[in-house]
Amino acid sequence: MAGPGGDMQWCFSQVKGAIDDDVAEADIISTVEFNQTGELLATGDKGGRVVIFQQEVENKNQPQFRSEYNVYSTFQSHEPEFDYLKSLEIEEKINKIRWLPQKNAAQFLLSTNDKTIKLWKISERDRRPEGYNLKEEDGRYKDPNTITSLRVPVLMPMDLMVEASPRRVFANAHTYHINSVSVNSDNETYLSADDLRINLWHLEITDRSFNIVDIKPANMEELTEVITAAEFHPHQCNTFVYSSSKGTIRLCDMRAAALCDKHSKLFEEPEDPSNRSFFSEIISSISDVKFSHNGRYMMTRDYLSVKIWDLSMESRPVETYQVHEYLRSKLCSLYENDCIFDKFECCWNGNDSVVMTGSYNNFFRMFDRGHRRDVTLEASRENSKPMQVLKPRKVCAGGKRKKDEISVDSLDFNKKILHTAWHPQDNIIAVATTNNLYIFQDKVN
Amino acid sequence: MSEEAEGTRTLEEQQEMDDKVISPEKAEEAKLKARYPNLGAKPGGSDLLRKRLQKGQKYFDSGDYNMAKAKMKNKQLPSAPPEKTEITGGHIPTPQDLPQRKTSIVTSKLAG
Repeated sequence: MAGPGGDMQWCFSQVKGAIDDDVAEADIISTVEFNQTGELLATGDKGGRVVIFQQEVENKNQPQFRSEYNVYSTFQSHEPEFDYLKSLEIEEKINKIRWLPQKNAAQFLLSTNDKTIKLWKISERDRRPEGYNLKEEDGRYKDPNTITSLRVPVLMPMDLMVEASPRRVFANAHTYHINSVSVNSDNETYLSADDLRINLWHLEITDRSFNIVDIKPANMEELTEVITAAEFHPHQCNTFVYSSSKGTIRLCDMRAAALCDKHSKLFEEPEDPSNRSFFSEIISSISDVKFSHNGRYMMTRDYLSVKIWDLSMESRPVETYQVHEYLRSKLCSLYENDCIFDKFECCWNGNDSVVMTGSYNNFFRMFDRGHRRDVTLEASRENSKPMQVLKPRKVCAGGKRKKDEISVDSLDFNKKILHTAWHPQDNIIAVATTNNLYIFQDKVN
Repeated sequence: MSEEAEGTRTLEEQQEMDDKVISPEKAEEAKLKARYPNLGAKPGGSDLLRKRLQKGQKYFDSGDYNMAKAKMKNKQLPSAPPEKTEITGGHIPTPQDLPQRKTSIVTSKLAG
């Protein structure tokens, strides 16, 4: 059965995490990110921990190869803190992880919680020196009187050890909660965005950062919108975008001014005022913005849809895809149970032809831009036999429910897929349910 | 004349019905307003945003925070050894009696 992209057929590959239904809060996955080659896959959780998986590629040139991601490193990135001045807890939850492009043998990533960004170095050690003059092999110091000759220690192979160490801590620059981090294409700077401000950092300098966007009103009573996400352009190091809770995206050029409060472009879809309801603004809030790999488009995710924008056209998106339109008639309950505020992310595939985003009931959706096809798939333990092909799912909005369809009222709104990631080159995807990480692979690949 | 008036009423009712049919959102809004009549007219207003800006649990002070954390840690690690004698204030605790200030980091289940 042909899916999006013609021949794409998604199969189960792996699932990580505990099977039991009793989910500890610390185990809730809060971010998923591939590195630039796709060899490494990082996850962050509510307990402040980062787990990195590495792809073991066997027989990559053979058709139908199975790539397995195995644990490479895990460390505690952030700890809970207490803000003494405000008497507020600062959660250790990892909001975002962003990999730096690899420059040498070590890998680097930025991980952030609500207030502090950290640069972590992940390095391998597979050799250790043996044959010290002053120390025994177990570390005890020798009696110097017993040493009669001198030798040069030799590097001997040892079991691979992967070490993670914090190299920089970028703290105290955000009054509000950090929602985004984005590494610049210049490989020297990065931005961090909170609800009202965006700061520009140099990767080497931790005691200073430049404020480049500030939308805090003089009088907080006049606050009408907040920043929800921000990202640097993949090639133009002077360009970045930020999205708002009102459904707008602003593109800024850092060459224009030191403070980019005035946008260069404003992307906003005109709204029919007669359609406006109590929920309009809430569901128009953009939860994620991502540039396409080629840098010509950007994608935004709001509560019910995914929109593709052409950077040269501000007036409206060029494509709009409905993720779960059947929820429009459930907005009242979704407001009452706070689900209407869920922040879904979205991602592009390597050649920008397919986009993906999550939904409820552990469903996730893919939209094939070229073939104008879309599919709904499910991440569940029931479909987790090796290489089992995922069957497309269908939600019945009302009326007669066909066999194999699931009705809107049977959807589990506690099973949300907020975080998904697509391998930068291959058709391998990582989908995070509440506490499990699923890896799916295209059968043909 | 009464026929005319009736005609107009039916048109208005029709418009309302059309609204409901065209916009499920408006129907949901009506439902919400019926349940919460005191709900303000401005949903995306500064109240909602300010609540969002100040997310996070507020504690009375750092002592309150540390107590709450200790209680949570005890709940999350039921495997903590119960053989230590209870320190109920009957005697002055020695350093060995006191529970460790920082419990060991639990590894993520994804890495298991």
